[in-house]
Amino acid sequence: MEVFFQQLINGISLGSIYALIALGYTMVYGIVQLINFAHGDIYMVGAYLGFFATAILGWSFIPALLLAMIVCAILGVVIEKLAYKPLRNSPRIAALITAIGVSLFLEYGMMLLVKPDVRTFPQVLSEVQYKLFGNLVITNRQIIILVITVVLMLLLQYIVHKTRMGKAMRAVSYDKQAAQLMGINVNNTISFTFAIGSSLAAAAGVLVGIYYNAINPLMGIMPGLKAFVAAVLGGIGIIPGAMAGGFLLGIVEAMVSGYGKSLYRDPAAFIILIIILIVLPAGLFGKNVREKV
Amino acid sequence: MLMFKRNLGKQIVIFMALLAIWGSVYLLIQTGIINPFYELNLILIGINIILAVSLNLINGFNGQFSIGHAGFMAIGAYGAAIITIKAGLPFPVALLFGAVVAGIFGILVGLPTLRLRGDYLAIATLGFGEIIRGVIVNIDYIGGAYGLSGIPKMANWTWVFWLTVLTVVIITNFINSTHGRATVSIRENEIAAEAMGINTTKYKVMAFTIGSFFAGLAGGLHAHYFYTIQPGTFNFLKSFDILVMVVLGGQGSITGSIIAAIGLTILSASLQSLVSLRLVIYALLLIIIMIFRPQGLMGTKEFSLSVFGEKSKDKGEKQHGTSIGQ
Repeated sequence: MEVFFQQLINGISLGSIYALIALGYTMVYGIVQLINFAHGDIYMVGAYLGFFATAILGWSFIPALLLAMIVCAILGVVIEKLAYKPLRNSPRIAALITAIGVSLFLEYGMMLLVKPDVRTFPQVLSEVQYKLFGNLVITNRQIIILVITVVLMLLLQYIVHKTRMGKAMRAVSYDKQAAQLMGINVNNTISFTFAIGSSLAAAAGVLVGIYYNAINPLMGIMPGLKAFVAAVLGGIGIIPGAMAGGFLLGIVEAMVSGYGKSLYRDPAAFIILIIILIVLPAGLFGKNVREKV
Repeated sequence: MLMFKRNLGKQIVIFMALLAIWGSVYLLIQTGIINPFYELNLILIGINIILAVSLNLINGFNGQFSIGHAGFMAIGAYGAAIITIKAGLPFPVALLFGAVVAGIFGILVGLPTLRLRGDYLAIATLGFGEIIRGVIVNIDYIGGAYGLSGIPKMANWTWVFWLTVLTVVIITNFINSTHGRATVSIRENEIAAEAMGINTTKYKVMAFTIGSFFAGLAGGLHAHYFYTIQPGTFNFLKSFDILVMVVLGGQGSITGSIIAAIGLTILSASLQSLVSLRLVIYALLLIIIMIFRPQGLMGTKEFSLSVFGEKSKDKGEKQHGTSIGQ
């Protein structure tokens, strides 16, 4: 039982990272129906920016986080303008292939830039362990990850539901053409969505750097894919679904590792994906939409 | 059969040309003029042609976007290697076994996932590719994460060349058969094909299985040329390499896949010392193709023998056939 609760704690902090990345996937998918494969790599770029700000510029944690979020928001918009926008009216497969291309470009471009070595993240926050009931341990880093995730999610909920831009986002994801007819600037709205999604991924990247202390240029591949699994799990395009899916996936993974099958951690996520796609293709929170002829 | 007789002359010419290519390269290898490095790349070109053509059947001709092809290659490689190492059976049996097992997995994976469309199918096949790799890593009998070594080196130029030819012939004939036409109709419009009475599930699974079978064959050749195989060799990047070949050549063009497989293998051999640069170039190539020429170099056209002055039956075909990447 102790293993169970300890892995639950670990799973929630791991899951919050997946949830942050999954939010970007789900928002972009909801608005342009594109699996943005490059999203996991924006998370990697975010981690490197965090590393740059803390290790080289010597900034503290919060400014580093903000820097990574802002720069990645710009990066997300630039990628959208250069690579995805010209393909908005092409078949979806063309956009998907482009996204894979952008993903590889970021990974190996970064590798040329910073060398493939694993970098050690500076100890911005020294680890403190708190004992909960009995032998359960929670660290200050896990608490910080969870708090920042929750704050960002609340902020996102506020933006999506209470602001004009959020209203525009919802309108565009509902019906792009109708939104345009109502005077919404679709291009700006899409850019804004990419900016928000990318900044959340960057935040996840910095948090992972703090949590695991190690980053490398290919670190985005697996979490990126798993965050996508999380988004599908929750019902792609649905924001609360992505959060729930992220936490659920993190918990499942921590459980698989906790019970001694850590090598099966990665396959487990994909097995969940396949089961969900086959049994419940619309995800846990989604409604099944029939394809129009 | 009628087709066959009508084109008999043309086919004899092609066969003689292939025999000449095989024979001259064979002699050059025997005499040492083609050194081991070039030989290695010739073998890689052959294996890559098999992979690209077989993936093109799934992605290009059937329109089912699969990005887990390396997983089937892994099954073929491990299947064939187990037969020669652990059971000591002859090489052709091993190759066939690896390919058949990959084909069976093709059916098993295809039946449930091919109900999905577009990007969902892509992500499911990617997931399957990763699951296959994840399972191989966990089986100690076949070396786990360290890989399997001591595989007898049995694949050589002759094997690779003729199996490549065989793959291209079988897949081309399949596409031109009744079944193949049904397969292509699903790419054009799945709902219309279904309305015309085509059993879409059957043909999707058929294309997927044939594609997986040949990926398995390529895997078996790979294993028996390189002595050693590791699960990491068959990761997402390998699937991506094959995908770039298919997309660059043109989804729906066999000759396009062959040209792209040859070109990209040579490109990657010349950039061997700079892996990151190679992948950056690949990635940019892919983005630029998608933006400016999403149909690839050849689109769905085939490069035909009519360029050599032979009169083509179909005028339109000749027009397209003579111009690569117009």
